[in-house]
Amino acid sequence: MRLRSIPLSAWVGIAGIAIALICAIFAPWLAPHGESEIVGDIWSPMGGEFLLGTDNLGRDLLSRLIYGARTTIFVALAATILSFSLGMLLSFIAAVTGGLIDQLFSRFNDLMMAIPTLIFALVVLAVLPQQLWILILVMAVLDSTRVYRIGRAVALDVAVMEFVEAARLRGEGTGWIIFREILPNTLSPLLAEFGLRFAFSILFLSTLSFLGLGIQPPAADWGGMVKDNKDGIIFGISAALVPGAAIAILTICVNLVVDWLMKRTSSLKGGRGDA
Amino acid sequence: MPELTRTEPSKTGLLSVRNLKIEATSYPPGEPPKTVTLVEGVNFDVQKGKVLGLIGESGAGKSTIGLTALAYGRGGVRITGGEVRLNGQDLLQLDHAGIRKVRGAKVCYVAQSAAAAFNPAHRLGEQVIEATLKHGIMSRAEAEKRALYLFRVLGLPNPETFGERYPHQVSGGQLQRAMTAMALCPNPELIVFDEPTTALDVTTQIDVLAAIKHAIEETHTAAIYITHDLAVVAQITDDILVLRHGKMVEYGSVKQIIEAPKQDYTRALVNVRGTAREEAQDQSDTLLKVDNVTAGYSNGFKVLQNVSLHLPKGQTLAVVGESGSGKSTLARVITGLLPPQEGTVSFDGKPLPRALKGRKNEELRRIQMIYQMADTAMNPRQTVRNIIGRPLTFYFGLHGKQKTERVRELLDQIEMGEGFLDRFPAELSGGQKQRVAIARALAARPDLILCDEPTSALDPLVAEGILKLLLKLQDETQVSYMFITHDIAIVRAIADSVAVMHRGRLVRFGPKSMVLSPPFDDYTDLLLKSVPEMEIGWLEKVLKTRRMESAGN
Repeated sequence: MRLRSIPLSAWVGIAGIAIALICAIFAPWLAPHGESEIVGDIWSPMGGEFLLGTDNLGRDLLSRLIYGARTTIFVALAATILSFSLGMLLSFIAAVTGGLIDQLFSRFNDLMMAIPTLIFALVVLAVLPQQLWILILVMAVLDSTRVYRIGRAVALDVAVMEFVEAARLRGEGTGWIIFREILPNTLSPLLAEFGLRFAFSILFLSTLSFLGLGIQPPAADWGGMVKDNKDGIIFGISAALVPGAAIAILTICVNLVVDWLMKRTSSLKGGRGDA
Repeated sequence: MPELTRTEPSKTGLLSVRNLKIEATSYPPGEPPKTVTLVEGVNFDVQKGKVLGLIGESGAGKSTIGLTALAYGRGGVRITGGEVRLNGQDLLQLDHAGIRKVRGAKVCYVAQSAAAAFNPAHRLGEQVIEATLKHGIMSRAEAEKRALYLFRVLGLPNPETFGERYPHQVSGGQLQRAMTAMALCPNPELIVFDEPTTALDVTTQIDVLAAIKHAIEETHTAAIYITHDLAVVAQITDDILVLRHGKMVEYGSVKQIIEAPKQDYTRALVNVRGTAREEAQDQSDTLLKVDNVTAGYSNGFKVLQNVSLHLPKGQTLAVVGESGSGKSTLARVITGLLPPQEGTVSFDGKPLPRALKGRKNEELRRIQMIYQMADTAMNPRQTVRNIIGRPLTFYFGLHGKQKTERVRELLDQIEMGEGFLDRFPAELSGGQKQRVAIARALAARPDLILCDEPTSALDPLVAEGILKLLLKLQDETQVSYMFITHDIAIVRAIADSVAVMHRGRLVRFGPKSMVLSPPFDDYTDLLLKSVPEMEIGWLEKVLKTRRMESAGN
């Protein structure tokens, strides 16, 4: 692969993600003010001393946005990685073993999917203690049902191929078949799905934070920031729109990269006239 | 190369192709796009009511040239030079509207896979007359009448109601004939047949061939017949054009090409079945013994019934039969993928556990398998080194240098150099892939290799090379083969003993000389007579003498 072959849209996406990641990693050095430091008036407008204005308590919006990137991206990434590990492992085992185990896993998965995700998450998070790892775990488990669906469908296609049969005839164990025969051949669609799920995770986390069950104040998080400042919208104050826009932009950036990955991996080797 | 001209001089006919040049743009990953010349300098003529055969191995440009008669380039292919004149009019100069009047009206096309070419959502009758109605050649009533006439000519069952069926309700051979009816319906001047019988069983192929030949004669239509099987083309065509790498090799009448080929390549094609081997005298040994095996699926359908056979060490057992006869299922039973419901499989004197799960690695090692499609039998994400090396690590615990050394030896044995070590399957040709698959089986040092039609997806000359390799390896390692095939010619060439299967039952089993000599049972007779022979007039001769109709599936 050459850098030149990456289309412009993907570059835009990569740049956006890179900026978000840099903000997340170097937040203490980049942010002009502290995360929960009250530095000025309530809802002071953009420009002037505070580039993006201040929020409902007089905290610097830009600083909170930068710190927020940290929690938002970390939680979403951790939840996505966990949900993928869980969903893929279970779906591959189901696809390779088949029979009772497949039925058991798949029906349980259907059961989980039958309950609306958001309501499920709200109930579970309201009951459990409010800790970051519990939040990540709940998000991961709920998301893994979707990954399971796709993982099983993709793995079933590969599991019936003759090279998998050849491996079985050789006497290989389930582990080898899953990780050496099937996984490398399902990686491209799952990779694309990973990007998509990551975007959904950010949105889901933001939703939970907006409803008060995600990241707890005073820690900054983009969804929570929208919630904090939503009342300002009535008075024509745009503070709530800034973190909202950040969520939208990051989601779009991730999707631009995913689109490119999907196109790249789904095209035939070498490609024909429509490459 | 001297300029090729026809042996018999002829006037310009219905279709005349001159100096044809076809190009395509390829997009190798990570490189700038390249223009590739697929076909160059091809000239031929088709006279009214005559049939021209285009023959060559895959990649020779047969289909691409065939489609130029419709001024069509498939998948980014462009016709960049030359003339294609139909009745004197150059098709390549026509605009979109002009060429649309030709396609489906004056020139029609019959695809290789009729099952994929028919729309499953519409009735056959509708699809057969569609083009005729669209071009306004006939009224609906006339078109339906003509379709009925064609169904009769093509020997389809219940021609009156055949058109009311959907594509999935008829067999592959019938579907191929329906497609021929579709092409003939608008009374075209020329039909392009693109390997119409390649995907069919030998026993079905002969019926379709006869039907096509009869229909062409009845309707006086000219045709271009594309195939890689010279024996098939000898039955049906008047002239033959041999192609290789997009260039003409030889062009002449059927008689001249078959009986007195001038070029070396044509000669090789004509004499492709060069290998022949005497059968072993002593066939009493039983390395593999299948005893009264009955097997089927959980829905109660029995695929194999009371099959008993045996295979001596170092010999070859050929299992023949048409698709659905249970040949491949027999291999699955022996490997343990499908545990038999009754009966036993014993290997080297000891009964094998029925299911794969119950077998020890040592038992698995001694029986290896080679598949029909080498593409799907190898993990596309592993290099040749890993594909061949895995059995070495798995069964013998070889690592590092020793493993690489042994992989090299195996590559040598399959007549491929070590330059292939780090290639992926996608970077190999069809024949090379099958060789790597053979090396993988060989790496386990097996006593028995089950070969499931390993040559039927390959071009004749490549297949011949694979067969020779298998025989050489047998001499070197004393491995036994169970060779599943539907090609009687291969059986004649390499088998020691033969088992004929029909609808899940063993019809005939014994040493080759006994099975392949009369008196025959009806099915063996049909099977033997269905294999096209490189002889003009063979088709008519066989149709007169055979005793049993093919099952048609």
